[in-house]
Amino acid sequence: MALSSDTDASTPKFLRGKYAICGVGETTYRRGSEESTRNLATWAINNALEDAGMEADDVDGMLNYSGNDSTFAPQVANDLGIRLNFYMDVHGGGSSTEALIGIAIGVIEAGMCKAVVIYRSMNGYTQVRIGGTGARSAVPIVGDQIHHRGYGWQSAGQMFAPTFLRHMYDYGTTPEQVAHVKVAHSKHASNNPKAYYKTRYTVDDVVNSRIICKPLHLLDCCVETDNATAIIVTRLDRARDCKKPAAVIQSVVGRCSKPRGDIHLHYQHGPISTVAGHYARDILFPNAGVGPEDIDVTGSYDAFTFTTMLQLEDYGFCKKGEGGDYVSSGAIELGGRRPNNTSGGHLCEGYTHGMNMVIENVRQLRNDADDSCPIGPDGKRQHTHDYSEGGCRQVKNVELTANLGWAHPGTASSMIMAKDAR
Amino acid sequence: MPIQGEYMGMMLTIDDVDKENREFFRHCAEGTFHLQRGKKSGLLRYPPTTACPWTRDREYEWVPVEGKGEVHSYAEVHHPIQPAFREKVPYMVLVVDLDTQKGEPTEHEALRVAGNLLTADGEFAPPEMIKKVGIGTRVRMVFTEVTDGFALPHWTIDEDAEQPESPWRYPQE
Repeated sequence: MALSSDTDASTPKFLRGKYAICGVGETTYRRGSEESTRNLATWAINNALEDAGMEADDVDGMLNYSGNDSTFAPQVANDLGIRLNFYMDVHGGGSSTEALIGIAIGVIEAGMCKAVVIYRSMNGYTQVRIGGTGARSAVPIVGDQIHHRGYGWQSAGQMFAPTFLRHMYDYGTTPEQVAHVKVAHSKHASNNPKAYYKTRYTVDDVVNSRIICKPLHLLDCCVETDNATAIIVTRLDRARDCKKPAAVIQSVVGRCSKPRGDIHLHYQHGPISTVAGHYARDILFPNAGVGPEDIDVTGSYDAFTFTTMLQLEDYGFCKKGEGGDYVSSGAIELGGRRPNNTSGGHLCEGYTHGMNMVIENVRQLRNDADDSCPIGPDGKRQHTHDYSEGGCRQVKNVELTANLGWAHPGTASSMIMAKDAR
Repeated sequence: MPIQGEYMGMMLTIDDVDKENREFFRHCAEGTFHLQRGKKSGLLRYPPTTACPWTRDREYEWVPVEGKGEVHSYAEVHHPIQPAFREKVPYMVLVVDLDTQKGEPTEHEALRVAGNLLTADGEFAPPEMIKKVGIGTRVRMVFTEVTDGFALPHWTIDEDAEQPESPWRYPQE
């Protein structure tokens, strides 16, 4: 009788370096949308096509993910005059981005289409609130949901809280250490003209903001915004015909899960202070042929400050239990050893269910972060690497990035991308 | 007919075909906590499911399980999301390691059963009671009725048990 299963990292590696992200785009990040999710989607996809230098005919695949809060792919494709050879609308939120990039590689490799645009379009503040307040909080409670919503245990913060508290208990992690995630991401957002929240915060600001659900203060929680985001995936040789440098995909992990998941996420199989990244890393790094020490920039899902800390730790960017030390060491800030969420992420830039962290890493790999640095005579941004407020957010010499997506403590997706060596 | 009842102003429904949840909550209504035990593995599981996670076995029996254990972790909600809980904050959701089958079949596994922290009389715990409860607190199960044949399991402090000197609580009070 097999009592537990471990991740088998023997998945094929022959697609390493063969696929790329060739275009990225987004709408503005707002609270108070005046557009439908259909309209937001066409806006973001047009920006991604423009970024890639592609026309409607250059894309023939479409993937979309949502949780009954968006517009399906055929409608968006029809609006844009894109004839599809492949599409799929997937249910899900965080951890979908990297998973769908993997699916896109698979369907192109299978000869089903040649380029796939992935989008996530949501009015996460104006329509279906991501924090779970409003209409979603009052819908009837049926079957399995009784085991959590019946106890007032519904929102992401409420469901994840036992994991976060147990990490504090197991390893002595402090609220002040974890608050540094917000400090870092807000610093990055202050250098991102697109970010919804551009204010820099201190540790004191975070730990003195009101408690939402212990251990989460208001400023430990991400922002709810209205926006759409889009990413185009194609073969590297095709990507090289596009307008901007390709971000080359080295490995992808999609919705890798801890053993014994259930309606309560992952509490039957401990340690509950360990998250699914512990399993995902055994696919992510071997398939890319690199280790955590080789990564220059991370994009670790920050629905909460704690999710970033837990993932960085379980993917091995520090020793198990030392996530609090790692995120408070300065390593994750611009100018540090390995900056995380250089756009400000979900805590500050906007909430996209994982898309904006991938978009940002593509720009970092292109040496083209859209900060306020001046545009030179060659049309390229002249990055100063002065990270003071309102300044640069481009990291120097970015060769490899890692994105660490999160659905919940028990399910993770991730991806490593490289700068095109050409 | 689905089983349906109003609880704290929320409509809770268990469909006809949802046999596993019907039985789980029916036993709670009878005042004895029961869990499914896989025929092949002999192992208990929670919450209700359709197959044994260790053997894939779809055969099981409901067996009575002692509603006693220790708080493994918790959520302490100060900002309510669901309207029904607006008047209840702060409230706790406890994730409790049952004494039964703790550390089995592997070291880090346990039957971790959720519920709110209630008083022995079945009311939501007042703030002074919440402050006494943390990781390590010994608790026992209590039930609150939703409707005929449908009750929810919850937790209260086990006054007869030996309690840790100071259970671990989030440090910032």
